[in-house]
Amino acid sequence: MTMTVELVSPEEIAYEGVAKTIIARTVGGGDIAFQEGHVPFIGTLAVWEVKLYDEAGQTTTFAVHRGFVEVAGSHVIILSDMAERSDEIDIDRARAAKASAESAVAANDEDEEAVTKLQRARVRLHVSGAEPLV
Amino acid sequence: MPGAEERVLRRRIGSVQNTKKITRAMELIAATRVVKAQQRARAAKPYAQKITQVIEDLSAAGASVKHPLLEQVENPTEVAIVLITSDRGLCGAYNAGVIKAAERELDAARNEGAGYKLVLVGSKGRDYFNFRNFDIHADFEGISDTPTYEDARKVAEVVTDLFENTPVDRVQLIYTEFISVGSQKPTVRRFLPLQSMQSVGESGDAKAVADVEFEPSPEGVLSSLLPRYVEARLFSALLESAASEHANRQRAMKAATDNAEELIIKLTRKMNQVRQDAITTEIMEIIGGAEAMAAGADDDNDPTQAELERIA
Repeated sequence: MTMTVELVSPEEIAYEGVAKTIIARTVGGGDIAFQEGHVPFIGTLAVWEVKLYDEAGQTTTFAVHRGFVEVAGSHVIILSDMAERSDEIDIDRARAAKASAESAVAANDEDEEAVTKLQRARVRLHVSGAEPLV
Repeated sequence: MPGAEERVLRRRIGSVQNTKKITRAMELIAATRVVKAQQRARAAKPYAQKITQVIEDLSAAGASVKHPLLEQVENPTEVAIVLITSDRGLCGAYNAGVIKAAERELDAARNEGAGYKLVLVGSKGRDYFNFRNFDIHADFEGISDTPTYEDARKVAEVVTDLFENTPVDRVQLIYTEFISVGSQKPTVRRFLPLQSMQSVGESGDAKAVADVEFEPSPEGVLSSLLPRYVEARLFSALLESAASEHANRQRAMKAATDNAEELIIKLTRKMNQVRQDAITTEIMEIIGGAEAMAAGADDDNDPTQAELERIA
């Protein structure tokens, strides 16, 4: 009872494989899990993590920055502007990005771009296991 | 000692050889970059395909296709032209091809009585239209060589803004389609309003309508999906153009290298001929001189001299 998963970013196919359970977070909808037999589903993704559980219970985590998830039959397509695997994240860079985004938000908290940037950096750090998300 | 002409030729051969070295290096660089650019273009394909697929599924599932990006207008009051050129030259007819296509589009817009807005990617296009006093709405430099998705997003933002918030009712995209390493062609595409989707929406393949869940809502998904789709299309056009640019440069530089080689052969022949002529002349001069001296030293043995004396 597995599903085939494709994680596609504009520049490449980030991941292709099978998983038993997929957990993602949609905009305004909270977390949602997919297993085989799920009804067809199309949703927009938040800047958050996507977790894939394989049959042995191993997890693979990705940081995704917006995008879409489509479930059709036993096939899951995740489209995202950016999809980074937990072990591919450059923690130092994410920390630096977080610091610069934090100061930008502090200067102007209506700066949407900076707010998104901050969220991205936080998710990156969270997914890489460097800093838990508060 | 080489003569003056020979020296001139020798110098020219030297300079052609230097040029050849440069064009050869550029050819090799372009050759490796075209492979890389091709790979990137290929890697970007799945995303564009998938996003199209999701949109098709969405409209098949009965999402209402009403969105500013889909609004069709019969007679546009203004047409925006997005032109993708290179930043650097020495790439054959690459820029000339797309610029010509852009001028045709401008003429067509003028004939329809519509105004125009130019969005130019690459400094070659900007320089061309700037020099001819066209009104340029926006230009981007430094992205056409190795475009990233972030670059595509920036350009898409400008274009979408034009389409949604100004009288622009139609956007034409002009880029160079990469067919193969040996063949690229300037292409004009209707960029906005999004056309393909409209037809999908109207034909309304109703089989899947039943039970697709949407989060947050069909319209909500569509409205965040369409801008992504615009970006993805622009991104793939940028990538194809980049690959085409490198392929064109490779070809142009190969032609230049071949020409240089031919020129070197011709010049070398000419130089050898000139040198031989100079040597022959020199030998003739020496023989002439030697004969004159021999004649002076031994008058009696010279039949002509004896003859002359006899007559006198």
